[in-house]
Amino acid sequence: MQVKIVSKNFDIPDSHTLEVAQKNNRYSTIDKLFTMNPDDVIEEVAKSGLRGKGGGGAPCGPKWKYMPKDDPRPSYLIVNGDESEPGTFKDRQIFEYDPHLLIEGIICSSYAMGIHDAYIYIRGEYKFWSDRVDAAIEEAYEAGIIGEKVMGHDFSLNITVHRGAGAYICGEKSALIESLEGKRGHPRLKPHQKECEWYFGNPATVNNVETIASVPFIVENGSEAYRAHGTKSSPGTMLFAMSGPVKNPGVYELPFGVKMIDFIETLGGGMQEGKKLKALIPGGSSCPILTAEEVQNAVLDYESMWDIGSTLGTGGMIVIDESANMVEVAKNLIEFYHHESCGQCTPCREGTSWIDKILKNVLEGSGNESDLNTILDVCGTMNGKTICVFAPAVSDIITSIVKKFRHEFILEFNKK
Amino acid sequence: MTTFVYTHEKETEYQRLIKKYPNSDSMMLPALWLVQEQQGWVSPESMIYIANKLKKPPIEVHSVASFYTMFNLKPIGTHHIELCKTISCMLMGSRELKSHIKDTIGIEPGQTSEDGLFHLTEVECMGACGGAPALAINGKYHEKLTCDTLDKLVKECKSCK
Repeated sequence: MQVKIVSKNFDIPDSHTLEVAQKNNRYSTIDKLFTMNPDDVIEEVAKSGLRGKGGGGAPCGPKWKYMPKDDPRPSYLIVNGDESEPGTFKDRQIFEYDPHLLIEGIICSSYAMGIHDAYIYIRGEYKFWSDRVDAAIEEAYEAGIIGEKVMGHDFSLNITVHRGAGAYICGEKSALIESLEGKRGHPRLKPHQKECEWYFGNPATVNNVETIASVPFIVENGSEAYRAHGTKSSPGTMLFAMSGPVKNPGVYELPFGVKMIDFIETLGGGMQEGKKLKALIPGGSSCPILTAEEVQNAVLDYESMWDIGSTLGTGGMIVIDESANMVEVAKNLIEFYHHESCGQCTPCREGTSWIDKILKNVLEGSGNESDLNTILDVCGTMNGKTICVFAPAVSDIITSIVKKFRHEFILEFNKK
Repeated sequence: MTTFVYTHEKETEYQRLIKKYPNSDSMMLPALWLVQEQQGWVSPESMIYIANKLKKPPIEVHSVASFYTMFNLKPIGTHHIELCKTISCMLMGSRELKSHIKDTIGIEPGQTSEDGLFHLTEVECMGACGGAPALAINGKYHEKLTCDTLDKLVKECKSCK
């Protein structure tokens, strides 16, 4: 079931050190890379159908083409390692076990876009992991892999780790750049036409860690080799994470198109003794919840998930068992969003706080059925009326829980 | 009002980092991190110090520092326990850990123990969902915890002070 493209070296002892990494083919693509024309690299990545692994699933190749050509300004690659979506802990594995794969990916991507400065934005809590990436970068500088001349080629590249400080919203790419510019992490207004991002007014591309780590395989083996895995519209693999009361929680690399229940039953080892599946949040907490019946037929690729009214997100699956009270689950999630809302847009700032208060009342025994209508109403006000997709995500998850587990809310009302 | 200055080591690190960015504005978070590493929290004096360094009004430094939850704007205990409360950890027993901390150390989220040794913060998802329930002590992650393993960690903290 597993296909190891990004996670190939994860099980090798000391794979994070340059010595072991190089023995296991890290940086072996660089010589081939420099025989290619940068535009051809972009074209190959576009043909591979590589999609952003940070949650949105936007195609990576077209995104790179938004970078202006022959622009006199310096351009930047910003690698998004903010990874704060509840249920998601996949980029952390790349930082821990194969930081040199990430550096290799940054070299490939930077060469393709003509970039000479890259930043890796890592969430503040991941101190151990940012130190590890820092150490790998240090090793790479010393070995002449990055710096003035990338492995002896006429191309310079600097990589810097930038630590966040505990703000979920900085995973949103424009908020991340605001944060990198030393400001509060407030998402920016988006232009009507698609374009690149801007770091101090200079062109920049923001890509997820796993996306960048998938690039060396495509450069080395070509787009067809990548397309050999996964489905037609969701090619390749993804690091799927599983958490909750299953026997073997963890991160597993799978090709797109695997049946969700097979993944849970085999690699996940099934539910823990005495636990029964009740629901599952498929791709980090911002994706609409699935009931146990929906899980039976769910397939892990973008299109199949959209077809059943959810999204694949970051692939961080949260398994919920029968013993969980869904009102408490909803309350827990809304507390998260209430805490993490950046406060810029009123519907989001007030909406998350309002639903949090309502659910608090419900759990304290003073709720009634009209509360559910209020919650759905507030969700309607949040959806699509804010600068970023934070509020629509809150709206999606809360609406799905209220609609699919309405009976549990009613039970809660009747407890008093 | 006491003044704040970076130690020689922190100043060297600051000078190393500032060269990495096209604009010194980007140094805001790294500069605040250096302060917190030096004294355990971000004091008003240190914010003025950074404001002068970055040529910004002090309120702007405060505005940024207060936005990010990891910057402690008040002094905290020696051992900072950050307990994850988000969904996967909740499902796997973070609430039991929270009440166990209250029973054994006697602190609730936001409080520092009387001896100043422990400070508890309930944090949102730490990205340790596969090892739930998880907490971090002074930034170091501890996963798949039970009340027993937590007791051992607390004992270790007490012995190293």
